Amino acid sequence: MKVRIKFAKEGTMKFIGHLDVMRYFQKLLRRSDIPIAYTTGMSPHQVMSFAMPLGIGVESDAEYVDIEITEPISSETAIGRMNDNNVEGIRILSFKELPEDADNAMASIRAADYEVRFRQGYAPDFPFMKRLEALYEKDTIPVLKKTKKSETVVDIKPGIYSFGGNDECIKMCLSCGSMLNIKPELVAAAVFASEDRELNEFALLIRRKEIYTMINNVLTGLDEIGGSIQ
Amino acid sequence: MTKTALSEEILLTIEKPARYTGNEVNSVYKDKNMVDVRFAMCFPDVYEIGMSHLGIQILYSMFNTFDDVWCERVYSPWVDLHRIMKERNIPLFALESQDPVYMFDFLGITLQYEMCYTNVLQILDLSHIPLMAADRTEEHPIVIGGGPCAYNPEPLADFFDIFYIGEGETAYRKLIDLYRNYKKSAMTRKEFLRNASHISGMYVPCLYEASYDDDGILSSFEPLYPDVPKTIRKEIEMNMSDTYYPVKPVVPFIKVTQDRVTLEIQRGCIRGCRFCQAGMIYRPVRERNVELLKSYAVEMLKNTGHEEISLSSLSSSDYSGLEELVNFLVEHADKKKLNISLPSLRIDAFSLDVMSKIQDIRKSSLTFAPEAGSQRLRNVINKGLTVDDIMEGATQAFLGGWTRVKLYFMLGLPTETEDDMRGIAGLSNEIAKLYYELIPKSERKGRVQIVSSTSFFVPKPFTPFQWASMNTKQQFLDKAHFVNECMREQLNSKSIKYNYHEADVSVLEGVFARGDRRLSKVLVEAYKRGCLFDAWTETFREEPWLDAFDACGIDPAFYTSRERSTDELLPWDMIDVGVSREFLKKEWDNALNEKVTQNCRISCSGCGARVFGGGVCYEG
Repeated sequence: MKVRIKFAKEGTMKFIGHLDVMRYFQKLLRRSDIPIAYTTGMSPHQVMSFAMPLGIGVESDAEYVDIEITEPISSETAIGRMNDNNVEGIRILSFKELPEDADNAMASIRAADYEVRFRQGYAPDFPFMKRLEALYEKDTIPVLKKTKKSETVVDIKPGIYSFGGNDECIKMCLSCGSMLNIKPELVAAAVFASEDRELNEFALLIRRKEIYTMINNVLTGLDEIGGSIQ
Repeated sequence: MTKTALSEEILLTIEKPARYTGNEVNSVYKDKNMVDVRFAMCFPDVYEIGMSHLGIQILYSMFNTFDDVWCERVYSPWVDLHRIMKERNIPLFALESQDPVYMFDFLGITLQYEMCYTNVLQILDLSHIPLMAADRTEEHPIVIGGGPCAYNPEPLADFFDIFYIGEGETAYRKLIDLYRNYKKSAMTRKEFLRNASHISGMYVPCLYEASYDDDGILSSFEPLYPDVPKTIRKEIEMNMSDTYYPVKPVVPFIKVTQDRVTLEIQRGCIRGCRFCQAGMIYRPVRERNVELLKSYAVEMLKNTGHEEISLSSLSSSDYSGLEELVNFLVEHADKKKLNISLPSLRIDAFSLDVMSKIQDIRKSSLTFAPEAGSQRLRNVINKGLTVDDIMEGATQAFLGGWTRVKLYFMLGLPTETEDDMRGIAGLSNEIAKLYYELIPKSERKGRVQIVSSTSFFVPKPFTPFQWASMNTKQQFLDKAHFVNECMREQLNSKSIKYNYHEADVSVLEGVFARGDRRLSKVLVEAYKRGCLFDAWTETFREEPWLDAFDACGIDPAFYTSRERSTDELLPWDMIDVGVSREFLKKEWDNALNEKVTQNCRISCSGCGARVFGGGVCYEG
């Protein structure tokens, strides 16, 4: 049986990197006696896949991991047991059975919602939202994207699905996944660049609010798929 | 929300911030206003090393069962954070409360190896605690050291208020009670320390005076006051099945060196290898009850979610309940997808059978520790393993499908000759040859892989070799090169890989292992010159150490290559480990006469450990 788990990651847990979160979940599932399925072979490991790594320093209300279980367990029991065994900063929010033909979380993601705030002492001396709106009026928003190997200029405009909020709390829905992966830092940096400013690497406090897949051309939250187990 | 001592900007700048944020599964949080004593327990190395240490987990869980104590953990900040903390004057903090260490009542530092000594100074320095115990006041924590290096604590004498000699389970309660009285009364820090010296196992270095003769040899070592004990007997937990055990060990987020449940099955060793300090200072052998270990295993796996369990002891094959325990774990592993690791196991039919069940034979290797290349030298060091044992084990292993063998040896053992060194290469070759004779060409999957490693022998206190001369760096390197040449001459040299350790670190280890309190100033000089994380090849530098010795006018060779007379007063003679000096002397003689001494189960050699009234000495 395929199961999708939604969880929040916050507080000091934001300093725990993605690989360590995976290890944390492996141990959490064992502590909580969740009947997790294992691969066969000489070194069996848990059948588990995470939707999308969260960067160090970023908080989230919507992280997803898909697992497979060998026998049914009610959502309520599973959530209760896992939260009893959790550390402060990780909270299980839902535990739902996926339809057998559902895409795995990693393959299906298309967009994510973010809330962005400025860390104390790093707020810009210009009206951020106004400049973001002005920038979005342009036909393209070219941004220099650096990877380890290369630097390429990418137009991030098609990756900005929507934005809103105010200078205290900026909301963005950005494209992610294999097609076009836009992070909130990239958008903020483009706004700063439009003011001839450089975005400090510590300026932003980011919280992921939701991850979406696309169903019939509608962005659908990853936890809207599947249902509770009784 | 949990606070952090370091700003988020710092945490986002440094490598592996999770080393410093605490909050791990099973870490203990208490209300600091509801406890009387706050204990900072420190392993003076980086988090991943310190978190892998069972002793700290035992003491952490013990202290936290005391309602009046909150014990927290402290590790050495890695060099990246060290630099930032020095620049910005940020005080070192404990992981749980994130409070500065200087606010604590105790700072306990475990001393597991000599090369962590500059890290001890780093801990004090970053904690804003005076390096010198003499400079501390009622405002500062009591700095207490323990662990195997505390059996010769003298090189660190200036920095510690107290050394706890022996096993931590037995005497800390008394010390905490004394401390509470001290805090409630008009007792001064000096009076507290004086009273602490009356508690069994507590060595308070400032209460003793050392004098030296013209040759620099220790001529007297005496307590300053009549009420201060002349000798300190080690503390020992005699009831291993009714004591503290960390059934809810802390589970780190980041990958640490030992990322698994550790079951300590017994303490001590019956073997009596003459180079081995652990084999002497942890006498007598005391086993834990096998049923108790089974229940610990189940409980600890449940409490941690670890997918691996490891047995810990100096010689697991000598544990009487081994077969029963391992069979239980194998059965459990089948149900729970558990990995089992079995270090320090003799290679025989039983261990090979177990390993074939729990490991991938193609990937795992077999380890033998002959320690010396010839039977003659193995008799000198009292290593019971014979060539026949090794060949028999290797035969069974090769027939069972193994193709990788690791061999451990030492260079620089007392009485060592070129023949002994040649034997290292010879034995490596014989094992390779055995494989090619046993396994027909059609069944081989490539070459057999023999990895032979040599470390350099460092004489340690409380061993029969405590009087022995240690080789110089040049001698060590010459020997390693000689062995390397011998390896190349072997017929099967293509199947053998030879590794040897760094010689400069071994020499320093030798200085501090048998050093005296005059070395404290060398440590300060070395730390001032930037020495830190000396146990790490990437951070160790020899030149500042040599400068530090020079600046203090101390010749390291005085502590290493000089052969001591058996009448010499040794810096650690005030400590009584139960094993008598007479026994060690007799064993030193036996070594020079190449005479083997039987293990404790075959016959008692009267080492002195019977005085503790239990363990293997009273079996049957």
